[in-house]
Amino acid sequence: MDKNVVLDVKNLHVHYVTDDATAKAVNGIDFEVKEGEALGLVGETGAGKTTTALSIMQLIPDPPGIIVDGEIYFEGKNVIYNTDKENQAMRGNGVAMIFQDPMTALNPVMTVGDQLSEVVLTHEKVSKAEAKQRVIDLLELVGVKSDRYDDYPHQFSGGQKQRVVIAMSLLCNPKLLIADEPTTALDVTIQAQVLDIINNLREKYNMAMILITHDLGVVAETCDNVAIMYAGQIIEAGTVREVYLNPKHPYTRGLFDSIPKLDDDSTELIPIEGAISNAADLPTGCYFHPRCRYCQDICKVEQPTVKGTDHKFMCHFDLFSKEEK
Amino acid sequence: MENMENQVLIETKRLKKYFPVPAGFLHAVDDVNLTINKGETLGIVGESGCGKSTLGRVILRLHEATSGDILYDGMDINNFTADEMRHMRQNMQIIFQDPYASLNPRMTIGQIIEEPLKLHKVYKTAEERRQRVEELMDLVGLPMRSYNQYPHEFDGGRRQRVVIARALSINPQFIVCDEPVSALDVSVQAQILNLLMDLQKKMGLTYMFISHDLSVVKHISTNIGVMYLGQMIEKASKKDIFDEPLHPYTIALLSAIPSTNVLEKSKKIILKGEITSPINPKVGCRFAARCPFATEKCTSVNPEFVEAKPGHFVACHRWEEVANGTLKFHD
Repeated sequence: MDKNVVLDVKNLHVHYVTDDATAKAVNGIDFEVKEGEALGLVGETGAGKTTTALSIMQLIPDPPGIIVDGEIYFEGKNVIYNTDKENQAMRGNGVAMIFQDPMTALNPVMTVGDQLSEVVLTHEKVSKAEAKQRVIDLLELVGVKSDRYDDYPHQFSGGQKQRVVIAMSLLCNPKLLIADEPTTALDVTIQAQVLDIINNLREKYNMAMILITHDLGVVAETCDNVAIMYAGQIIEAGTVREVYLNPKHPYTRGLFDSIPKLDDDSTELIPIEGAISNAADLPTGCYFHPRCRYCQDICKVEQPTVKGTDHKFMCHFDLFSKEEK
Repeated sequence: MENMENQVLIETKRLKKYFPVPAGFLHAVDDVNLTINKGETLGIVGESGCGKSTLGRVILRLHEATSGDILYDGMDINNFTADEMRHMRQNMQIIFQDPYASLNPRMTIGQIIEEPLKLHKVYKTAEERRQRVEELMDLVGLPMRSYNQYPHEFDGGRRQRVVIARALSINPQFIVCDEPVSALDVSVQAQILNLLMDLQKKMGLTYMFISHDLSVVKHISTNIGVMYLGQMIEKASKKDIFDEPLHPYTIALLSAIPSTNVLEKSKKIILKGEITSPINPKVGCRFAARCPFATEKCTSVNPEFVEAKPGHFVACHRWEEVANGTLKFHD
């Protein structure tokens, strides 16, 4: 082990409990992120991606959300037992998060400069002038001109706001950046700009990153490792190269088959039938079995265990091993 | 449906839609000429604010055009009276992006699909209508038991099936699909794309497919039009757009799509700046501010939309240099 493990998540379970039902959003996931590494967390709506991120940030809304089991080690310390004060020190400083919607992540009645300086002043003992300088430097770095320091968020376009949000998340040199669909609300040419900025900054600061997205292309271009989530479980994980070239879980295969490819003129898309199960009413056995074209009797009753070491997958069968050349 | 090839169904001539705003006029659609042949799909791509949705709505006369002509099967529908237009709408329908907002939550699925049949008085009896609704539900893959269910009981994919069944109920020839799969997860998105393509084959439908997702547009379209700030800047067959794009914006747009190919990393073209304001645009090429090849001519003279090659139209002063390879983004 040459690199330090920044984040280690073990057997995490998160439920949302209401009077009527218990939604099992995250059901026993394990993963780690090392220094300077980028992990892509991929899955459809309701797969538990954002809940995972919020658990790491200790921002699960409670009630109704409860971390029922598991451990989350950030730099060796289990954050689940953190006090509010420790959490505050960790957020922004150690772990920072970029939210999906830049329009709602900024305070509309504060100038951009003020809300960014506030971050620095909260976390570090610096003078206002120093804080301002730091903010201006970082804004320039992400491509926002310093004369916009006193502008309000509504004066910025979507791409510019997302840059501001990125700058805000990086002000205190976090060890780990969690980016929750950072480019979903942006146009493709702007998305390319923003991903480029994130990649450059990550290299510069040797920062670890968890990139949450439903876009397999974005992961291919920014991440080292990938974890595919389905119904609150990581059903396949490994290096991007390994998982993309040789997907082992039928769901991962299904995802690749359902996206139209640009460099491939085949006309037929093969969709995954049905829709993701309700988290409050998960099926028995493998959670994916109602949609799986390879479903056998065992899949309906018994939950598969994790197979593989570097390239992990959760399926009773190694269906595609023969296809390897 | 015989001899469908090259029979023009939709044609626009110098179509304009300007919205009055306090600062002047917002040029949402500016001088767009396009044709769509029967049985074909014209994909319209572009970034948010480029006027692609407005174009679709102006063609259906959901917005009144500021000037220009809209021809449907040779008829100038821009001059139709409200009454004539109501008749005409049986032939043209629209599918919206958000299946959560386009269904009335107080109506059952059956009632929703039946409503256009009632409005256009297609059938005389409730019995016939019911039969037609069941036929449509079967066609789009909805189980009969959903007849009495309400939209909130459905997920996005099934709601979009309801929307499609409703649009098809009165046998239209032409459907504007405005980002019909953008709100859906990829696995469900593929189901809906396949359904739209099956229906086109079965019923000889003509689509105008609006999307910001180039891979989806490539999958479903016959021809593709690229829009930028209200103008059509390039239009050609799908193959020509992807294999030999001529407009620098199209080239940059294609390169910006994240690819799942991990073996070949393509070099991205990172455009500088963002889309400029469509309010009172200056003369010259509207892309000039972000274009690495812009010259003085580009900021002073409007580029014409010319036919560079048979069927391949482009609005750029320097397309010839792009075509012969003298202008390149990367060395």
